[in-house]
Amino acid sequence: MRSRFRQADREALITLGLYLFFFLWWAAFALGMGAGDPETYSYVLGMPAWFFFSCVLGYPLITLLLWLAVRRWFKDVPLDGDPERIEDKEEQQP
Amino acid sequence: MSMILFPLAGYLLLTFALAFWAQRQSKRNGAGLEEYFLGGRSMGGFVLAMTIIASYTSASSFVGGPGVAYRLGLGWVLLAMIQVPTTFLTLGVLGKRFAILGRRLGAVTITDFLYERYRSDGVVVLCSLAVLVFFAASMLAQFIGGGRVFQAVTGCPYEVGLFIFGLSVVLYTTVGGFRAVVLTDALQGIVMLAASVVVLTAVVHACGGMGNAMQSLKAIDPMLLSPSGAGGSIPVPFLLSFWVLVGFGILGLPQTTQRCFGYRDSKSMHSAMVMGTLIIGFLLLFMHLSGALGRVLLPGLESGDLVIPSLILEILPPFWAGVFLAGPLAAIMSTVDTMLLLLSASIIKDLYVRYWLKNDLSRLPPRRMGLMNLGCTLAVGLLVFLAAFNPPDLLVWINLFAFGGLEAVFLWPVVLGMYWKSANAAGAVCSIISGTGVFIALTVGKLTPLGMHPIVPSLALSLLAFIIGGHMGRPVPPEVAAVFWEDGGKK
Repeated sequence: MRSRFRQADREALITLGLYLFFFLWWAAFALGMGAGDPETYSYVLGMPAWFFFSCVLGYPLITLLLWLAVRRWFKDVPLDGDPERIEDKEEQQP
Repeated sequence: MSMILFPLAGYLLLTFALAFWAQRQSKRNGAGLEEYFLGGRSMGGFVLAMTIIASYTSASSFVGGPGVAYRLGLGWVLLAMIQVPTTFLTLGVLGKRFAILGRRLGAVTITDFLYERYRSDGVVVLCSLAVLVFFAASMLAQFIGGGRVFQAVTGCPYEVGLFIFGLSVVLYTTVGGFRAVVLTDALQGIVMLAASVVVLTAVVHACGGMGNAMQSLKAIDPMLLSPSGAGGSIPVPFLLSFWVLVGFGILGLPQTTQRCFGYRDSKSMHSAMVMGTLIIGFLLLFMHLSGALGRVLLPGLESGDLVIPSLILEILPPFWAGVFLAGPLAAIMSTVDTMLLLLSASIIKDLYVRYWLKNDLSRLPPRRMGLMNLGCTLAVGLLVFLAAFNPPDLLVWINLFAFGGLEAVFLWPVVLGMYWKSANAAGAVCSIISGTGVFIALTVGKLTPLGMHPIVPSLALSLLAFIIGGHMGRPVPPEVAAVFWEDGGKK
């Protein structure tokens, strides 16, 4: 089995990946779709389309991806002490 | 009037009840530093998510932020949404290592943790100092925000509001310690959530639907619908530097990262990441959008800061207005309580125990710790309280200044300390001094190189200083490397 720290590093990388995805999604719609003159905007559910995609849709989407990533790749590891030390303590007990 | 005050008073009483309950829980678990400042490391997922959100979202999310959105439109809502990853970024990048190492080292504060990593008094003293100065500035902003909301709502003088709510926070924090802080954070988080849903729904309804609301905004000024804001006042470099300040820079905020020491198990962390992201996104979007749309309903407000309280008063019946005005107050109190507790932890654990008692915890009887803590919390609370009597008129900016300062101090020492094996004390000290120096100089001199917020050059320079300083200093001792990177047992 992988060490707890290696596992934590892997999870940190996955987190950064998702963070980057959210940033790109957020920036692409806002700076791409929203760049023109407000007179030319198209609308989704009454909101300007850039705003709908970037701000309203972006965050439930990232929550969903996060939920999938946590289920798929994040491991349940013990946090207390070092596994070795815990065994030592148990041996000392009468 | 009394219909508004009644629910507010009830809400404060509920907070006190939680604090006393928390105190009894703590007594049952045996008093001590880890119990008082970390609740015995026992938070579950929901409480963990809520406490990170509540400590993070403050007066600037409920008062200042929507206030700017009121003036600038959807562009500022866009900017606020950068903060959505706060919870998952903090927990995902720092969470597990912090939890494992915090237990291994018995670390209670971030400074504690940095001492074990760098073994340097310079780092401890600089970090403690930074916590004192920037937390005080941040709390000042919160107190002012709280006083203003109270004044706007009740018509009572600003000072009375300041007194009532300042005193409440100091009292319940001192009484219940960490458990009280996180429990009230959870309660305050729920109140904020409910408030944001009700306020936005009511605003959209009063505007005659979302489509109408947006078209009315466009009629006021088409740029209110654009990502660059009214008058084009949010240029792209500025927008992107906020991505640093309230984006990945939040990994340097001790008030949220310290929470990573205190949760119970991996499962709590995993669920907190998902729940926390959903909830904070909801809060940010709803509050800021309400602020932006508030312009349609209340076009002539003098100060944008009052948009949320004024909307609540305008749209809701008095009793419910009282209930949901607790939302902004909750956001403020939940940030102040965390900071008070961490300030006190910083004075007691990082300075008094480490240097006066030579790090010998047995010389600190629980009674004396209780008294010292009471003293520290009261003294700091009182100082900030007095400063808030004569408020400067720049709520958002004081808060962002404190944010930036904390990040300039803590970001690289924390992140590189965990992920770069060669990071050493010399590098950390150089990084802290140069980063903070540049940040304060640029902020005070009102300089924005290339249109960026001062935090960007400060962090870039402090990273450089860390690397250069690190190459000149002594290498990391092997026993430190062993503690931080070797996992006993499982290979």
